[in-house]
Amino acid sequence: MPMSDTHAHSVAFVRTEEVPTAPPPSNAAGPAKWVKDNLFATPLNGLLTLVALYFIYAILSSALPWIMGGIWQAPSLAACREILDGASAACFAVLSERWNQLLFGFQYPDDQYWRPGLAFILLFVAAAPVLFFDLPRKLLAFTAIYPFIAYYLLWGGTVFVPILAFVGIVGGFLVYQRLVAGSFAAGFFGGIIAAFVIWTIGGWLIPDNASANAALPAVPSRYMGGFMLNMMLGVTCVSLSVPIGIALALGRQSSMPLIKWICVVFIEFIRGVPLITLLFVANVMLAYFFPPGSGVDLFLRVVIMITMFSAAYIAEVIRGGLAALPKGQYEAADSLGLDYPQAMRLIILPQALKISIPGIVNVAVGLFKDTTLVSVISMFDMVGMIRGPILASTEWNGVYWELFGFAALLFFIVCYGISQYSQWLERRLATDHR
Amino acid sequence: MAEHATQMQVSDEIAITINKMNKWYGTFHVLRDIDLTVNRGERIVICGPSGSGKSTLIRCINALEEHQQGSIEVDGTLLSSDLKNIDKIRSEVGMCFQHFNLFPHLTILENCTLAPIWVRKTPKKEAEETAMHFLEKVKIPDQANKFPGQLSGGQQQRVAIARSLCMRPRIMLFDEPTSALDPEMIKEVLDTMIELAEEGMTMLCVTHEMGFARQVANRVIFMDAGQIVEQNEPEAFFNNPQSPRTQLFLSQILGH
Repeated sequence: MPMSDTHAHSVAFVRTEEVPTAPPPSNAAGPAKWVKDNLFATPLNGLLTLVALYFIYAILSSALPWIMGGIWQAPSLAACREILDGASAACFAVLSERWNQLLFGFQYPDDQYWRPGLAFILLFVAAAPVLFFDLPRKLLAFTAIYPFIAYYLLWGGTVFVPILAFVGIVGGFLVYQRLVAGSFAAGFFGGIIAAFVIWTIGGWLIPDNASANAALPAVPSRYMGGFMLNMMLGVTCVSLSVPIGIALALGRQSSMPLIKWICVVFIEFIRGVPLITLLFVANVMLAYFFPPGSGVDLFLRVVIMITMFSAAYIAEVIRGGLAALPKGQYEAADSLGLDYPQAMRLIILPQALKISIPGIVNVAVGLFKDTTLVSVISMFDMVGMIRGPILASTEWNGVYWELFGFAALLFFIVCYGISQYSQWLERRLATDHR
Repeated sequence: MAEHATQMQVSDEIAITINKMNKWYGTFHVLRDIDLTVNRGERIVICGPSGSGKSTLIRCINALEEHQQGSIEVDGTLLSSDLKNIDKIRSEVGMCFQHFNLFPHLTILENCTLAPIWVRKTPKKEAEETAMHFLEKVKIPDQANKFPGQLSGGQQQRVAIARSLCMRPRIMLFDEPTSALDPEMIKEVLDTMIELAEEGMTMLCVTHEMGFARQVANRVIFMDAGQIVEQNEPEAFFNNPQSPRTQLFLSQILGH
């Protein structure tokens, strides 16, 4: 070995050939190694594995037969028990009998179920370009009109209402664009005033009996119920509270004391009050704040309260994201001559929101589950349906596991989907390559 | 290469005038009675111990820091609290930071085209051509579609220089551009800055690279405790410093 000779004689060393790279040895990978490393690394670890396996067996051995042997066809719990004849199994017949009530509430006209169904399917089309930004940007046009389509499908009645709402928003936006060059405040308030003027004038023009012979019969808000109501509240409130939360977070950082203090007081007040209290306020007290006869219905009042509640939380999450950005990012944006809205939109918010994704998703999932709280103000959402009309009926009094298990399953599917999406989004946005 | 410095033209036109400028952080007096006139094409190196206010001084020039007394005039525009003036000055004055401050969520090319597109309203295609031109100039056109996190420190700082140049600034400020770099990468950044100086860019550099100062600067300013203690041509500054404070500083940084 010439190299070791060199070593023996002096400390000087010059590498003449490169050490080739090699694959890892076989005992560093493979399933056997995985089992040993993860399940039986130490005696205690092995014991815990066995105990865990026993628990899994115990749960599955009683739950699986209960589920597999379930009865799907029976008119009532009594009939179901007769079929089972003393055996322990689920009585899923309540789901096949009452699925429509669980999903749509007990008052939504059953020949109109296709309307919420279609709105639900279109929701995915509308949400896709927002959630997956590799899709063509032109699809956002549909997202923009989706709320009006969904409103028309769900509530029906005269088509003039959603059209008027749309025209009002477009009009307000045009006024905003015209005035914003002067000052942001002028554009912002000008836009809002313009929208209200259009809505008020339009409201006079729509005749009172316009809904009488509408293509889609009108369904009042109080007929909405079941899982549909949870979805409506969840989707509306999440999509409203994210932009409001961003505005509150930026407002809280504002150098203008008035704006800053309005935001701070709002956030701290809302966070200091339980959601259930806000819902009671929506139910009972908020009506006093609207002019008599304006008929702001309970659904809208609840949406306002839940949105305010989650916007306050999202604002704090985003504030954390803003605080996590190095000061150098603000300075670099400033030094290039970007003005405040540009710096925020192009540099600061994309990064701050990326950091805030786990927190925002946390709030969104919590919000979606909290929509079941509306059952305490006698709205018949999914939990309200189960606790009220279904469990109170003579046929199905006493069926708990199947109903609440089904509710849990639906909520789990949605929440798990949101969680998976957020993890995909974090990977997709990762550009730090650490 | 030292003769380059003498070849480079300095015009009589004034680029920056700072008159009796004072700044406080709370009650702490960071900048005291700063008077400085910079001609177009001048290359000024500012040095001094840490905490002497040298970074604060150049950060006042593009209003990243607010001064409380005196006046700063950049390219004939008076720096006041008027946001329009501030944005105008910022778009004419490029700045490079110690920690590069590239935008990590944008590619190298997007980092370079962002300000031209949004501030100068340059069409996207034209902005990209300009960006590629300057990326070639700093010798990293092949990294255009990578993200900043994938580049070495020296490459990132050269991108930062290219990003500033894309706005076609008339003045460049450098705030310790090589202080956060490994020794191997300092040279590539300094070479880029030297090239820029040779093209006649007006430059103010806060740096401890005294070799760079000797080669490129036509004036070296020494600051201590928020004041300009001494300023002179590089030869005279290094060979014959007048103030004892300057002598001590130079002996400490050149002695090792």
